Amino acid sequence: MSGSPETGTLDPQVNTTGELRSVRTSVRHDSAAKHVSGAALYVDDVGEPAGTLQIAIGASPAAKGPIVGLDLDAVRTAPGVVAVVTAADIPGHNEISPVGAGDDPLLADTKVLFHGQPVFIVAAETREAARRAALLATIRIGEAEPLLTVEAAEAADSLISPDFNIVRGDPGKALETAANRMSGNFPIGGQEHFYLEGQAALAIPQEDGDMFVLTSTQHPSEVQKVVAEVLGLPINAVVSEVRRMGGGFGGKESQACQWAGLAALAARVTGRPCKLRLDRDDDMVMTGKRHDMLARWQVGYDDDGMLEAADITFLAKCGFSTDLSNSVIDRTAFHTDNAYFVPHIAARTKRMRTNTVSNTAFRGFGGPQGMLAIEHVMDQVAHRLRIDPFDLRMRNLYGPDRDVTPYGMTVFDNIAPEVMEKTEALSGYRARRREIAEHNAENPFLRKGLAITPVKFGISFTATHLNQAGALVHVYTDGSVHLNHGGTEMGQGLFTKVAQVVADEFGIDLDKVKITATTTAKVPNTSPTAASSGTDLNAMAARIAAARIRERLTDFAAETYDSVAADIRFRDNQVFVGNRAVGFADLVRQAYMARISLSSTGFYRTPKIHWDREKGQGRPFFYFAYGASCSEVTIDTLTGELRVDRVDIVHDVGKSLNPAIDIGQIEGGFVQGMGWLTTEELVWDAGGRLRTHAPSTYKIPTSSDVPAEFNVHLHDGINREEAIYGSKAVGEPPLMLAISVHSAIFDAIAGLAPPVVAIPLDAPATPEAILRAVTAVREARP
Amino acid sequence: MPKVSMTVNGQAVSADVEARTLLVDFIREQLRLTGTHVGCDTSQCGACVVHVDGRALKSCTTLAAQCEGASVTTIEGLAKGDDLHPMQEAFRENHGLQCGFCTPGMIMSAVDMVKRHGGKLDEQTIRHELEGNLCRCTGYHNIVKAIAAGSEAMTSSGRVAAE
Ligand code: FES
Ligand code: FES
Repeated sequence: MSGSPETGTLDPQVNTTGELRSVRTSVRHDSAAKHVSGAALYVDDVGEPAGTLQIAIGASPAAKGPIVGLDLDAVRTAPGVVAVVTAADIPGHNEISPVGAGDDPLLADTKVLFHGQPVFIVAAETREAARRAALLATIRIGEAEPLLTVEAAEAADSLISPDFNIVRGDPGKALETAANRMSGNFPIGGQEHFYLEGQAALAIPQEDGDMFVLTSTQHPSEVQKVVAEVLGLPINAVVSEVRRMGGGFGGKESQACQWAGLAALAARVTGRPCKLRLDRDDDMVMTGKRHDMLARWQVGYDDDGMLEAADITFLAKCGFSTDLSNSVIDRTAFHTDNAYFVPHIAARTKRMRTNTVSNTAFRGFGGPQGMLAIEHVMDQVAHRLRIDPFDLRMRNLYGPDRDVTPYGMTVFDNIAPEVMEKTEALSGYRARRREIAEHNAENPFLRKGLAITPVKFGISFTATHLNQAGALVHVYTDGSVHLNHGGTEMGQGLFTKVAQVVADEFGIDLDKVKITATTTAKVPNTSPTAASSGTDLNAMAARIAAARIRERLTDFAAETYDSVAADIRFRDNQVFVGNRAVGFADLVRQAYMARISLSSTGFYRTPKIHWDREKGQGRPFFYFAYGASCSEVTIDTLTGELRVDRVDIVHDVGKSLNPAIDIGQIEGGFVQGMGWLTTEELVWDAGGRLRTHAPSTYKIPTSSDVPAEFNVHLHDGINREEAIYGSKAVGEPPLMLAISVHSAIFDAIAGLAPPVVAIPLDAPATPEAILRAVTAVREARP
Repeated sequence: MPKVSMTVNGQAVSADVEARTLLVDFIREQLRLTGTHVGCDTSQCGACVVHVDGRALKSCTTLAAQCEGASVTTIEGLAKGDDLHPMQEAFRENHGLQCGFCTPGMIMSAVDMVKRHGGKLDEQTIRHELEGNLCRCTGYHNIVKAIAAGSEAMTSSGRVAAE
């Protein structure tokens, strides 16, 4: 095979040496040794230049209203304060929307739109001085009625953009003619990212008014662009750099820009380096989260539980600005089918503008809400028909002659049935189903539930233009390699995987490849590290860059040693020319003396994808990643308390580049999803204040919430598409495996209710929500 | 400003600090030991755990002045030269980290846990005792594995009693 236009002469599946030494091995995270010894540097750890000022934020005390008074005198004269900066000090644009929506000010100017919105900043000699001073401001906000819920926004017709629906067939008519019908409302909670490292940026003024920003972001190019716009500079006057983040999960995609922009603004005003690190409470109040939604669903099905029609309307709480909500909620619509073929289906989405923080990307990017809704519907139908939910799900999966999605893409790589069956077998589902029935018959208070749910997740940015990546590779005269690409490292192991690919391209040891910080000065116009696509895109770009250098070295070796390219192999740190072996570093030195270029860029764009949003048709995804999980839970019907007893997962990563890293992503993603669906609850009060703004009130899973029996199996397969060495993306899909926890809780409660009573189990299924559902079904007993 | 003197990672340090200076700020800003992280500022996440006189403590809610005369060990002081502490090695070996932000605190808590239990740690105890250390990336599975392995390595190398 000779490759595609995107990969040139490279075969995406096969290495020229014919073997892979680094790729496919469980190499440890490249920074592991530094992390365990405390030597890995995050933004706040890097030594500050002399004279660095610290920034604190002055935030809106109300959720909505005109700014009628802003008295900052006491702030200005407070000890240690060097500058107080408001919107009036912005030399460029007071606008940071990642999509050019014009509704995302860096600092509130004439009005505030959510409680906690930044209104001014203080730059002071110490962090404490800045924070104390910020509290001395008097901000007076005029009366206005905030819209705090999607229902209130719906009544006021408050939208960030028009509705968007993906519809196939005639769901209205099919619902009418279906043998059975059900409907309901399903509230789905949002989720705080809770990256352990909060948002942080350090801005250092350069000559000519240029700005250097060290930032904790998944999207350095966006930070660069925002800083340039805020400062009124061309993009080439700004460099943004990130070596690593202490977690991102989508929360540092668009929403790292504001903090970098504010640090840069303060640096411009004061002429001194400025650092901004949000403390945990501010971070939770001021940054967007996973969208909470209300799903209104209707379903029509036959007596065997085959779905004939589904019509689901999602009201998404976008918050005060557009941010990335349009793409996020498009993905809710894309994933409302999950792994199921529904002949007549409508996924309708309404994008509500509310006076709350602007919700944003979060691992799964809207997909989880779509999937959760259809899985909830499956549970309701199974309960109504007294069919085992696993059997009902199996029946409705995509399969032969029922393999086209509502948006017209053929599910060409459907392995959902296999993955589900494997999960059934490995978890011992049938036997445990019987045991649980016996247990529940004898235990009125502690009830068990069991469920298996599938995941089918589309891989690619649905904004097609983002599916591109660049890399830069240098080889130095001692044979050491410098690797740079547009992807960012947030713990997911991207840098390790890309380095593995580059090492194998040169046939050298992994430790000869130096991984370097992502910077807009080396690789420009990059896409965010998001949509699970980091490795697919950047590993391919880096491989292409490395291959170009290898090809030059090959030609040089052929000429020097009187051989032909076909007889030259790079492996074990050597270059084999026929029977002769030359050290890699030796050949590099000779090539240098012969004036051969030892540096190359690489560029990759994903082939085959296209998407016509107007028509709602196309192939938005290069391929799908699959998985299934089985969860067993115990609930206490008197208190609503929950324990997850056991989890079994089968997940598809294609042919893994690094099994240990992939399994880590699966475990971590599952637990994060479990938090979303069980303990993590966001609560706003009537004034629009977030009351759960610290880990004391917002509970992410701890070690004791995770079951000891937690079995993860990688599905044995290969990506049918030409992704790097047959692997598949792994960042987001595992999060949605946790839907089986919600379904298992549903199952435990369902046993208390006769089939005619629907189970009103919301998400997250907190103890309160479980108790509410238990009480409701008990009271509804005929 | 009062002066505090303590031993940090075996070295005597003394400095003028405000009475309200937190230990974590003293360590990070004055001593420039940045391996101790701040994840929540409010004693919840455990990213800032250090040892004070051999006991694990959250340094974000401890005053520097409280540590007058104490012996403080941070993550940077755990290794002996280039030789990682067995618990550090176990985290590295067992993929007990992703973004790494929680890792120093996890390791400091783990070493303390092993010592308090005399090296006898079962999985349930580890999970229970680790509740004060949050990790958002790993799902804890590899962390628990790492602590079990580190505990064994500490026991067999005789480091449980020695430290
Ligand atoms: S920073 Fe000390 S416990 Fe979180
Ligand atoms: S590894 Fe990221 S928080 Fe634990």
